[in-house]
Amino acid sequence: MARVATSEKQCTVNPLKMSQPIGAALAFMGIENSMPLLHGSQGCTSFGLVLFVRHFREAIPMQTTAMSEVATVLGGFENVEQAIINIANRTKPGLIGICSTGVAEIKGDDAQGFLKLIRASHPELGHIALVDVSTPDFHGSLQDGWAVAVTRMVEDLVETPPLEARLSRRVNVLPGCHITPGDIDELRDIFEAFSLDPFFLPDLSGSLDGHIPAEFTPTTLGGISLEHIRRMGSSCWTIAIGEQMRGAAITLEHRTGVPYKLFERLTGLAANDELMSFLSQISEVPVPRKYRRQRSQLVDAMLDGHFYFGGKKIALAAEPDLLATMAHWLREMGCEVQAAVTTTKSPILQDIPVEEVLLGDLEDLEARAAGADLIVTHSHGRQAAERLRIPLFRIGLPLFDRLGAGHQMIVGYRGTRDLVFEIGNIFMANAHEPTPETWIPHERHTSPLVTLEISQPVQ
Amino acid sequence: MNQRGKKLQQVFEEPACATNQAKPSQERKKGCNRQLAPGAAAGGCAFDGAKITLQPITDVAHLIHGPIACEGNSWDSRGARSSGPQLYRTSFTTNMNEQDIIFGGEKHLYKAIKEIVEKYDPPAVFVYQTCVPSMIGDDLEAVCKAASKKLCKPVIPINVPGFVGSKNLGNKLAGEALLEYVIGTEEPEVTTPYDINIIGEYNLSGELWQVKPLLDELGVRILSCISGDAKYHEVARSHRARAAMMVCSKAMINVARKMEERYGIPFFEGSFYGIGDMSEALRSIAQLLVGRGAPAELLDRTEVVIRREESRAWQRIAPYRERLAGKRVLLFTGGVKSWSVVAALQEAGMVITGTSVKKSTPADKDRIKELVKEDAHMFDDLKPREMYKMLKEAQADIMLSGGRTQFVALKAKMPWLDINQERHHAYAGYEGMVALVHEIDKALSNPMWELVRNPAPWESAAGMEALSIQIA
Repeated sequence: MARVATSEKQCTVNPLKMSQPIGAALAFMGIENSMPLLHGSQGCTSFGLVLFVRHFREAIPMQTTAMSEVATVLGGFENVEQAIINIANRTKPGLIGICSTGVAEIKGDDAQGFLKLIRASHPELGHIALVDVSTPDFHGSLQDGWAVAVTRMVEDLVETPPLEARLSRRVNVLPGCHITPGDIDELRDIFEAFSLDPFFLPDLSGSLDGHIPAEFTPTTLGGISLEHIRRMGSSCWTIAIGEQMRGAAITLEHRTGVPYKLFERLTGLAANDELMSFLSQISEVPVPRKYRRQRSQLVDAMLDGHFYFGGKKIALAAEPDLLATMAHWLREMGCEVQAAVTTTKSPILQDIPVEEVLLGDLEDLEARAAGADLIVTHSHGRQAAERLRIPLFRIGLPLFDRLGAGHQMIVGYRGTRDLVFEIGNIFMANAHEPTPETWIPHERHTSPLVTLEISQPVQ
Repeated sequence: MNQRGKKLQQVFEEPACATNQAKPSQERKKGCNRQLAPGAAAGGCAFDGAKITLQPITDVAHLIHGPIACEGNSWDSRGARSSGPQLYRTSFTTNMNEQDIIFGGEKHLYKAIKEIVEKYDPPAVFVYQTCVPSMIGDDLEAVCKAASKKLCKPVIPINVPGFVGSKNLGNKLAGEALLEYVIGTEEPEVTTPYDINIIGEYNLSGELWQVKPLLDELGVRILSCISGDAKYHEVARSHRARAAMMVCSKAMINVARKMEERYGIPFFEGSFYGIGDMSEALRSIAQLLVGRGAPAELLDRTEVVIRREESRAWQRIAPYRERLAGKRVLLFTGGVKSWSVVAALQEAGMVITGTSVKKSTPADKDRIKELVKEDAHMFDDLKPREMYKMLKEAQADIMLSGGRTQFVALKAKMPWLDINQERHHAYAGYEGMVALVHEIDKALSNPMWELVRNPAPWESAAGMEALSIQIA
């Protein structure tokens, strides 16, 4: 049982966290023909946009209400109205997702009220879905923004009562923000192998998986259609991935009666056994041969790999659901989580196999990572890893100094198997070769422990 | 009018700005801040611009006072290089929360500055004000003043909330902060008749280092670069330079002009991009220095270096002619700065077939006409959709532009080269032009293009036929 602590520092150094509005914007990018709109100054959008461009290496649809100082004082109604009209004319989207920012929230702009007025005075915009979500920058993190945006889409877009009778093959899948386009592709294959028909909300696999569209589009390149979202009330089950999606799953259940099952993670042998058993039960299809074989491959990978994982010390920093996924899985493989740093509160943090989970930054991680065998975090960990000379396994968002961020895949038996290889190979490559001095007792030369303490940054 | 308001007005009325001079006085007062169109805007905010301008100062702690968005979403994203200190790559922010919004963030900010000074002991702390603390009335200047006094350390307020305007305005406000709080606050140990400042050069991808060896050879000392690979004390002592070069963009014109006014440092506007421009820059530096009393033989030595370097660069570009002759280039970039590369592209035999003139002044347009001679298209505002269509129809062989249009080109399977500030290659000076031509050649000659452009065999009858023959 981990103690959850908050960093006492006044100055955040080398942030781990990103802001809520861009998490919400990312969720809207998983909808077909959609345009996320940040209600704030233009910098709010341009920073988020650049971040996603560097991560996905794709064009990112994202707009701004471009609040000026005067507009901020007088209120942003005209800017929201003008932005929606301009977007409607220029890019013809099916959905505009309006995410508030710190600027809009402090002013107290009532986005829902704005949208009512805009609806009333612009009947010509009737065909465009408008979803607003409250995501102040000074609260929560990217993961929270994603979660609340999905909940808002469920509230505003799913038809109640359901449009059709319950369909026994249809399932809803609510992936957390840590589930990559590559993960979704893999999960879709798994669901379909059980003759199930999954609706992913959001679905980044069609929009940010890096593919060549037939035509140029200024909105999202793909994603779940609004029509499919409307029909989510007719599914027989909702499968939520990551604790962050519980809120959206419960909302969907309350509104439509579709029961939900939450998987805290889909990385690891036991976690996937649970998934396969569940899918087999709800579909009444026996676990396909392909997955029995993949399970066997994973078991073999674990046997081959455990030599390199056992006793390794890991310093981890990620948003809560990804942190939990990696911490539990690494522990299962015999590693010890030496340090765990995260961004925002979550009920799963207390179960993480580590003494303390710290809500902090990458300076905190660096201070706690000395002597670790591996640092696991996003690309911003590269400076700390360099200074400490500890290998870095990059995971999460942003990954701006590696290719293929959208296709990093760690779910299912296959994803877990490849993760065993990838991280096991890092351990192998960094194994300490013995030297004539290796086995000389510590007291006869400078203890490495002492050197490590000296090299820690001054607190 | 508050302090920031006054600064804004000053920046808007900048007399050395050519665009400004062309306006009637009433319009000048209104400022150069184009009203942004909500829902159709692109580009960064004033805070973004200020950070771009100042973050290359390598030994300073850059502290961003605001909620996590401003710094958490954007840090470690620019390629300004350092020859020594790395503190500028460490990110500091107050990461404001609800408590700060309700009770005010001033105490929090002070404590954050104190923590930085105690832990990292930098020569100075630069504090950037963002929208949220500005809205709740945090008095940035007062906190910085108190912190400077208590901690015995320069704490410099950079008052640039994003909503005051664009990136370009942020560049200028950052310059104002340097003028007000940094430049002229210290004295250099020694000065020489060969001391210059380079203003508006950020050492992206190490471009300053493509130029510096030549200055070293001439005995010209960069007293301070503002702000590429700069250290705080260098900027503080920069007022003792004998001459200054303002690098291409107008972003820092206020700094150059006010340093001339206050300290009598003459400046010229030049560029390191392009062989001719590079030579012109060296020549102008030498002329200004000699004008300020440096020995006249510097002029001759400069000409010798220019002659040697030019002929070496042309010689190195010549071998590419055979491969690049007749290749059509689309050049899409902001201001006029890219036009200095045209000569090099033409020397390598390439043809400019189109360019954007969205941000160009009438004078720029005339210069473009003169340079390209033949009837190159001048596009005023090309929408991405139309650009995609052009590229898809292969109306060019390569596009040179900024990151924003990167994917329009790549999705159209069109070779593309980044020539804006986010680029990863250094293109300055004589070395840089050779590198640019080399990069274009690499991009164009990659055998990958043919493969990716071929449709899948099953998508055409001919393809299927070829397949069936193989099977038979």
